Amino acid sequence: MEQPVVHVGGLTKVFKVPEREAGLRAAAKSLVRRRTRDVRAVESISFDVARGEVVGFLGPNGAGKTTTLKMLSGLLYPSGGEARVLGYVPSKRERDFLRQITLVMGNRNQLQWDLPALDSFELNRAIYRVPHEQFRSTRDELVELLEVGDLVRKPVRNLSLGERMKVEIVGALLHLPQVLFLDEPTIGLDVTMQKRIRAFVGEYNRKHGATVLLTSHYMADVEALCRRVIVIHHGRILFDGQLSALGNEFAAYKTIGVVLENGAAPLDAYGELIHRDGDRATLRVPKAETSRVAARLLSEQQVLDLTIEEPPIEDVIELVFAQPQ
Amino acid sequence: MTVEAAPLPQAGRLRSFVDFYATTMRTAVATQFQYRAANYFYMLGMVAEPVIYLVVWSAIARSNGGNVNGITAEGFAAYYIVWTLVRNMNIVFGAPFWEWRIREGQFSGQLLRPMHPIHFDIAYFAGWKFVVIILWIPIAVGLSLVFHPALSPSALEIAVFLVAIWGAYLLRTAVQETIGMLNFWTTRGAAVFDLYMASELLLSGRLVPLKLMPEWVQTLANFLPFKWTFGFPIESLVGNMSTQSLLLGLAAQALWIVGSFVVFRFAFRFAVRHYSAVGG
Repeated sequence: MEQPVVHVGGLTKVFKVPEREAGLRAAAKSLVRRRTRDVRAVESISFDVARGEVVGFLGPNGAGKTTTLKMLSGLLYPSGGEARVLGYVPSKRERDFLRQITLVMGNRNQLQWDLPALDSFELNRAIYRVPHEQFRSTRDELVELLEVGDLVRKPVRNLSLGERMKVEIVGALLHLPQVLFLDEPTIGLDVTMQKRIRAFVGEYNRKHGATVLLTSHYMADVEALCRRVIVIHHGRILFDGQLSALGNEFAAYKTIGVVLENGAAPLDAYGELIHRDGDRATLRVPKAETSRVAARLLSEQQVLDLTIEEPPIEDVIELVFAQPQ
Repeated sequence: MTVEAAPLPQAGRLRSFVDFYATTMRTAVATQFQYRAANYFYMLGMVAEPVIYLVVWSAIARSNGGNVNGITAEGFAAYYIVWTLVRNMNIVFGAPFWEWRIREGQFSGQLLRPMHPIHFDIAYFAGWKFVVIILWIPIAVGLSLVFHPALSPSALEIAVFLVAIWGAYLLRTAVQETIGMLNFWTTRGAAVFDLYMASELLLSGRLVPLKLMPEWVQTLANFLPFKWTFGFPIESLVGNMSTQSLLLGLAAQALWIVGSFVVFRFAFRFAVRHYSAVGG
């Protein structure tokens, strides 16, 4: 059996942060005695990711997603536990490890601000020791896939946020990394641009068999790319499994859509009526009662059509995030 | 546990290092060319400081019967015109900029590269110097026409000077980057930088040629890094130093460079462990 590309076991990160009360007296006090507090950003998390998998890392702000990605890419030293990526310990930041990964952070610019992106690409070629021929073909392919033909000749500072993100991604992938850590790569982008970047990541994953760990607040990103999701909250993993199973685990209800012959029939007795438009209605009912309510509707009403659905993924995620600490 | 790693592009280590340095230097030159007017304003600002010293010391020399401690007005002119080149060679990635680099998330980007960030700084600022030197030449010619420097270096002095200005660059880089590491523990690393700058001003030959300082200051300066970044490179060209002094100076500079980079290496290793990547 093939070893996982990413292996995380009991990984923990604790930050020591200074704190003090407001006011002059507290400021003077802190001169003599500094107070610090431990913030447990990531608390003993464990998971494996296989080669070629695209895994969505979900959680509200401050859940520990980015901290985890930073530990896996070697930016942060873990406070405990172990992490291995491609067999390497990320915190050792060995050259051969760094040549095979990339971390793309939305809204973060790593290209030379004053120069056209082509110059930064050339610099990355030298940094990652990419042979000239391979560099040219990869660059041209990525430029074409992301449709940034003319943009790479403009100084980076003159590009829009979306354009910059696209050339940023080209720069981050020129060395054809095997593992991609994408931290909100579509943040702040318009819907079309989000879609393009999403499609590109999927294409790169398929073509190069790359492993992708993605964080995003846009569920469309996750739904389009990830079959598996890991939900992290307060530094702990709440769920690790198929995206489709997330609803079963956390949503306590399902929705029943009905089309009635008699559009005016009262439906309050069957569940929470969340939408009604003429003869069409949507009901929210407790998961355990779904079959019974559906059977009642079919026997008591003149139903033309009936569908039972899992709640939208956004609603499920909202429920997950609302979990108490 | 290991997994089969993807094949990596292999190239000679030295060749790829040269390629990296050359590419980064080209990038620095291209960046500088983006701001032509700013470059001239920068150079004018850089020249203001030595011209003030030069005017003051020339006036003192003339009112003192032609010289101060054996340095004539023409000698001061030579000292401070060479100073302008040495000062430009001494521009490095300054310690206070580490705070910016961390806060803006630039450092995270650099840590992700399979190349130590110090190489980027050395290569980038070395490339930048080529633009500055081109801009310096007309300024040096203009200052020479006005102040008539007394300068007739030997071939050995020129050779030592050319090595010493790059040595000064490397030494100042190592010292400033080491001080920059303080930013990983405190947001007030600038205070130490200010102390460094004040010491450098007095003990390097930047403000006053060391020859004019008391004997004990000159002795102290020999045992500190500052002189090897300013006074020594200038004196190697204008100071009529003996061959032995020139070679000993280069040796002292080399020792300081090696020692400073060793300290930096340790400081960097601990700093990275302490890094919290708050800026991204």
